[in-house]
Amino acid sequence: MKVYHRVTLLRVLTISALLFLFLVVVCLAALSLGAVHTGLCEIQAALQGLLAGEAPNQILFSVRLPRILFAGIVGASLSMAGVVFQALLRNPLADPYVLGVSGGSALGAIAGIVVGAGSFFAGVPFLAFCGAILTVLLVFVVAGGPRGVFMDNSLLLAGVVVNSFFSAAILFSLSVVDSPQLRSISFWLMGDLSGAAWRDIAVSFVCLTAVFTVLYSQARRLNLLVQGEETASRLGLNTKGAKYVMLTAASFLTAVAVSLAGIIGFVGMMVPHMMRLVWGSDHRLLLPAAALFGAAFLITADTLARTLLAPAELPVGVITALCGAPYFIFLMRRRGGR
Amino acid sequence: MSVIYTENISFRYTDKPVLENISFNVDRPCLLAVIGPNGSGKTTLLKMLDGTLFPETGRALVCGKDTRRFSRREMARLVAMVPQEVPPVFPFVAEEIVLMGRFPHQGHRLFEDKKDYRIVYDAMEKTDALPFARRRFSELSAGERQRVLIARALAQEPEILLLDESTVYLDLKHQAQFLSLIRALTRDRGLTVVFVTHDINLAAQNADQILLLYNGKKYAIGTPADVLTAKNIKEVYDVQVGIDLNPHNGSPRLTLFA
Repeated sequence: MKVYHRVTLLRVLTISALLFLFLVVVCLAALSLGAVHTGLCEIQAALQGLLAGEAPNQILFSVRLPRILFAGIVGASLSMAGVVFQALLRNPLADPYVLGVSGGSALGAIAGIVVGAGSFFAGVPFLAFCGAILTVLLVFVVAGGPRGVFMDNSLLLAGVVVNSFFSAAILFSLSVVDSPQLRSISFWLMGDLSGAAWRDIAVSFVCLTAVFTVLYSQARRLNLLVQGEETASRLGLNTKGAKYVMLTAASFLTAVAVSLAGIIGFVGMMVPHMMRLVWGSDHRLLLPAAALFGAAFLITADTLARTLLAPAELPVGVITALCGAPYFIFLMRRRGGR
Repeated sequence: MSVIYTENISFRYTDKPVLENISFNVDRPCLLAVIGPNGSGKTTLLKMLDGTLFPETGRALVCGKDTRRFSRREMARLVAMVPQEVPPVFPFVAEEIVLMGRFPHQGHRLFEDKKDYRIVYDAMEKTDALPFARRRFSELSAGERQRVLIARALAQEPEILLLDESTVYLDLKHQAQFLSLIRALTRDRGLTVVFVTHDINLAAQNADQILLLYNGKKYAIGTPADVLTAKNIKEVYDVQVGIDLNPHNGSPRLTLFA
């Protein structure tokens, strides 16, 4: 039996530090792996050289490092969004992809590119955000039973339907519109982390940190909401207000991830679930753990995507779906058996 | 100032009225039992008292203040409810569930302090929930879960405790323990307890007042001896009962003639 530990500030900090260490190790491994293998000593030498003002190693610092950081940010965003969606819908199968929020976000981004919103600052991500929010509302309307009770099945069905509609709409717009700015089909349907620019990384990191801060201040409220809305309200929570804050935050994270990296599925479902198994359900611990582990998780998946068939590359969403879909089925069956 | 004061409360979920013109008040801390047949509006009435629902017409006052004018947090510090059944979703352990009862007292603090843990420990001790404090809520039996939820309500340190069939799953020992606990809290700490129950003998023995509901209307309210008459029971429940006095404590005792 798992031993229960009280969630204290000290425990949260300790576990976060441990997971951060793990993340650093994963980053180093990912740095060294690739079409051209780079040993740890070489990485160290390159780092020292960089500090000494020498010209940076192209492969390490212009190709791999930005991509790794980017994967980390996207992975953390998707995992945190997953934590929030799972809590609010009280369903461990929920995730931005499964619910169709990623799809809606992608469609918003594509619409933005097609109408030329890219010429405004953050025009495309803003429309991606609108797409995400609208999808969240849609899923809530379709799946929400009377008095805000979500039945497992209707939720998943709503997600399936919304998802296939968005995939079709994405394929349709990509074949009809011929815009040089539109990226490949696989970017929008399966995710791709190769196009990482330093500016995107900086902006998305700031977004991630800001949203994390907001969500963390709501961590206890998430714990209450998981008990059901009526219970949460009885324990003194203004559930409506809290829900809006959290859904907006989760949609925002999804939009950031999707507009920069396309649709990457199942990360937001698997990571929170694994972390819950190991560390328990308290969101004060779950949020940072999911963010850090989610980062490491997507970095690993992306490293596999670019090394498995090197020099060819797979879309990273292929890797996450290949492990995510069976995981999903496993989870579903286990819940059914309970 | 009445602890609970309701004035002509009416409510309906759809077309059919669930509560009609209910007025009653509780002037000082006591145990009020709410009884009545299935669908007579007992649970809905409880929801009127903690602001989960608001009356369509009429008003409900708790400690002199209209339930509509409470923030959720204020309400949770004053009124705690032990619900009938809560399906658990994610694996929380019992102690974590009870700790959530401290939320209304914590402001913006993110972590519990020593006082919170002490109160939670006391509450779990009183309901005999300490032996499974660190076990998963979902793995507990119905009676054990009930004891956890009662402890959570006590951790809220309320002045009014609402119980919805909270004794159903408790075994005899824990039923006795729980009843003497709420009686003691009423006597020593001025807690008011409103409990919905189908066990009329339990109500007769323990309640100071009984409110008998019938089709959403107040049929009678008063001491057990006043309310529990063979005539009232016949009209509301449509069963023949014999009523005598319990030789051990002098409270009315029902015998069902089937």
